[in-house]
Amino acid sequence: MVERLNGLVPEMMLLTLAVVVAVLGLSRTASVRRAVPVLTAGGLFIAAWLALGGRDLPPESAGFLAPSLSSPLRAMIAGIGGVLALVATGTVDRRLEQDVESGKMPFEPLRASRGEFFAFLLLSITGAMLVASASDLIWLFLALELTSLPTYVMVVMGRAGRRGAEASVKYFFLGAMATAIFLYGFALIYGGTGSMQLADIAEIVSNRRSLEGLDMVTTAGFLLALLGVGYKLAAAPLHLYAMDVYEGASASVTAFLGFVPKAAGTVGFMVLLQTAGGSSLPAMVVTLMWMLAVLTMSLGNMAALQQTSAKRLFGGSSIAHSGYLLIGLLAGPGEGWAATIFYLLVYGLMNTGVFAVLAALERRGSEVEQVSDLGGLRQSHPALGWSLVACSGSLMGFPPLLGFVAKVWLFLAAVQSGHIALVVIAAINSAAGAWYYLRMMSMPLLGVAPSDPVEAAPSPWPARVAMVIGLLLLVVPFFADDLMTQTREAAANAVMAFGN
Amino acid sequence: MSPLLLILLPLLSALAVAFAPRSAAFRIATVSTLATLAISLAIAWNFGHWYDDGFGLLKEISWLPSIGASFDMHADAPAMWLVLLSTVLMPICVIGSKTAVRERVREYYAWLLILEAAMLGVFLAKNLLFFYVAFEFTLVPMYFLIAGWGGSNRAAAAIKFFLYTFTGSMLTLAGLVYVAWRFAETSGGWSFDIPALTAFASTDLSAAEQFWVMLAMLAGFAVKVPLFPLHTWLPLAHTEAPTAGSVVLAGVLLKLGTYGLFRFVLPMTPVGVVEAVPVIGTLATIGVIYGALICWVQEDVKKLVAYSSVSHLGFCVLGLFSLNPSGLQGSLLYMINHGLSTGALFLLIGMIYERYHTRDMNRLGGLVATMPIWSAFMVFFVLSSLAVPGLNGFVSEFLCLVGAFSATPDNAQWPGLLGPWYAVFAGTGMILAAMYLLYLTGRLVWGPHRAPPADKNSGLPTDLSTREIGLLLPLALMCVWLGIQPSGLMRTLEPSVERTLVAYPDLVPSQVESVAVLEEVTGG
Repeated sequence: MVERLNGLVPEMMLLTLAVVVAVLGLSRTASVRRAVPVLTAGGLFIAAWLALGGRDLPPESAGFLAPSLSSPLRAMIAGIGGVLALVATGTVDRRLEQDVESGKMPFEPLRASRGEFFAFLLLSITGAMLVASASDLIWLFLALELTSLPTYVMVVMGRAGRRGAEASVKYFFLGAMATAIFLYGFALIYGGTGSMQLADIAEIVSNRRSLEGLDMVTTAGFLLALLGVGYKLAAAPLHLYAMDVYEGASASVTAFLGFVPKAAGTVGFMVLLQTAGGSSLPAMVVTLMWMLAVLTMSLGNMAALQQTSAKRLFGGSSIAHSGYLLIGLLAGPGEGWAATIFYLLVYGLMNTGVFAVLAALERRGSEVEQVSDLGGLRQSHPALGWSLVACSGSLMGFPPLLGFVAKVWLFLAAVQSGHIALVVIAAINSAAGAWYYLRMMSMPLLGVAPSDPVEAAPSPWPARVAMVIGLLLLVVPFFADDLMTQTREAAANAVMAFGN
Repeated sequence: MSPLLLILLPLLSALAVAFAPRSAAFRIATVSTLATLAISLAIAWNFGHWYDDGFGLLKEISWLPSIGASFDMHADAPAMWLVLLSTVLMPICVIGSKTAVRERVREYYAWLLILEAAMLGVFLAKNLLFFYVAFEFTLVPMYFLIAGWGGSNRAAAAIKFFLYTFTGSMLTLAGLVYVAWRFAETSGGWSFDIPALTAFASTDLSAAEQFWVMLAMLAGFAVKVPLFPLHTWLPLAHTEAPTAGSVVLAGVLLKLGTYGLFRFVLPMTPVGVVEAVPVIGTLATIGVIYGALICWVQEDVKKLVAYSSVSHLGFCVLGLFSLNPSGLQGSLLYMINHGLSTGALFLLIGMIYERYHTRDMNRLGGLVATMPIWSAFMVFFVLSSLAVPGLNGFVSEFLCLVGAFSATPDNAQWPGLLGPWYAVFAGTGMILAAMYLLYLTGRLVWGPHRAPPADKNSGLPTDLSTREIGLLLPLALMCVWLGIQPSGLMRTLEPSVERTLVAYPDLVPSQVESVAVLEEVTGG
């Protein structure tokens, strides 16, 4: 058990930081309160660096996905989490801070929620990282829930008023249902195999499959578990909440929802798929994954096509991208998961970039949401306009942006594992997606500026993040080879550690 | 000189234009495109493979070795000619836009230069992913050129143009990825090297695989050509694009489709192509006639020339799929000729539009009275476009038809699957072309003079200015040269064409051979 804790230093650090941040947010000194987001982000970056160092740990201390795979995953989640913390800088307590600054009222700790917000953000990210170190079903369940529960609160805190509350309630109830589904699945898996340990279950499953075939109870358990965890990815048929919730939450929280739960879900899928057979999955599981992938990308794209709200549009886009991720997951450990991890990283950047642009804009203190509000952004806010163009182009998979490289690799991996029909469907979907991404690309460049002009949000961080990401998407594709080779090695080593 | 310069120079100049003062944009763009032209001429001068089927200008630039992507470059003689066509047309586009484009000039010239880099990338790519990147990247500048500086219906035109071609090429990518995967299975690592994949696909893929891969590739290239019935984006895009956009679109971008057919479809999937020749031949012939018939009823001059491209590129595709050297040579020559003459026609129409702000044939006529020089050029390029013997169009169109005509299964050396009927039907396209183009000339150049009042603000003389003559004259000279002396160019195309066709004589069931075998068996 003690070795096990050695592997979890980054997570423990983040949990401690969550407590510290929650307290600092209540400080009477304004500069201390202002330091909270930066401190959170800094902590996350350090955690990412620490997690990368965890690659040298022995496998037993790093959970089921073996250190070679869990370390880069955790580092990625913490790293992008740090960026997301920066995007969320100006989200909470704006009115309170203004009132305090103008001397209208003294600082009241009871009304401040900044500390809690960033504490919840840290807890959620820690949960997602813990999914990557899961070694038994209970751990997996707790980690997935630790990821989700704080996000329900973050949705309300991020946006005062009814819309935030509505989104949060919707998100919570559907999330609770999804949890019930995958918990039931876990129970059935336990019932079918008699073990909670993922390694034991994997062994029992593979023995049974080579002898009499997998029993119905365990199979049903896996199917339900995958369906339920699919909620975190916004995978069809549990994708319906995504657009409403994304629209209802503030842009910075939406950026968070678009990545952290999705990363947790993807890693959760990896754990479950590895338990169910890794590269040779039971036929039922393959069928389920296949259908999930096709439905998710097609429904997501269709939903995004006709949106007038930029947040709903990118909500649909985020669903579609989950479909692409599912293709990579189905392609199997090794090349397929290497491509999936890389895609998740790239998607995390693009998605964060897009919502950072939205978070960096406002009109008289309220958020900018409509696609038409982004018209002529290149003239009014050149850097943000071009960042939006780069992010949208990259989401479209337009060469030579980073999204293109990630998508090509994902398609290559899927073709390699024999899923040619899926790749063709994904190609058609990418083409359909081009329609709305093109709108998002031409709006800031050629669109007419809204008569009621948009202005920059007070916090400089979202704009900075958007610019850096826009630049990265343009430059990294030319230097991505090292990163890709390392991802591939990590995935290949994991396959060796799994022993199949 | 490195071929990399051909791509980097326009790209860097695009950056320079974007950040330079407004007044310098036109000058930088002009100098840059002229310099690119000079470099391409120097490269062509030193090109060592004009008279053999080899590839020159090899240049290896690593990109993402872990998925087999690189920026490797090479070129054979046909690719070199298309590079030259692009570099010749670009300065003409830039200089031709001097008075036509007055707003957001920096952006405009930056997009034009980026477009040039992407086009040259397509012709020079040795790596499939590089090819795809460049092929797709031509869409972005073109999209913004149409949507930013186009006519009244520009937004719809630009979106239609983008989505049509993007959709098609996604499927092309899927097909090419499949080839790369099969190659990786045998060789053990990802590679997108075009020569290696071509050699592999033509020999190691099964008939069914070749057929599907060919369909996937056709999805992208046939839209770009455009092959009937996938042509509907073209008239809109051409009509709405600014003049320079139309010139590049007709001159080079359509050729990316036929070049793709020549470079990938024909050599990679011979078995699949043999299956599909009758269908594609029929579609191309329908395109020739249908495009021509539509031209006949147009009132908008620019739309007429746009539809004439549909008709003309039908010949081009017919030549490619006749599977014999004369057809292919004719087709490659046609790519260059069509670029010159249709490009010039779009320029001429643009010049009229700048003066009178209309392209309606009912409002224009008898222009020879006020614009004799313009009229002379107009008549000249119309004749070149309708393939009058002695001018460039004739040689290529004739060769395409000869290729189709002689592409019968009993042709001893190059058996094909088209035959006289295809040539006869496509040949009516030549007659129709004469009708609609002469009808156009008759109404615009001769007859009673009618024109709306000229735009006083355009700053242009009644007839062509020296700058405008300077744009048209080189094109005219090239048309004459290629009409009188095409053999030099043809000789350079021959080796590459034969290399492309090397697999076909054995695949097409030749009746002569079967007769010979029969005679041998029966002892006759």
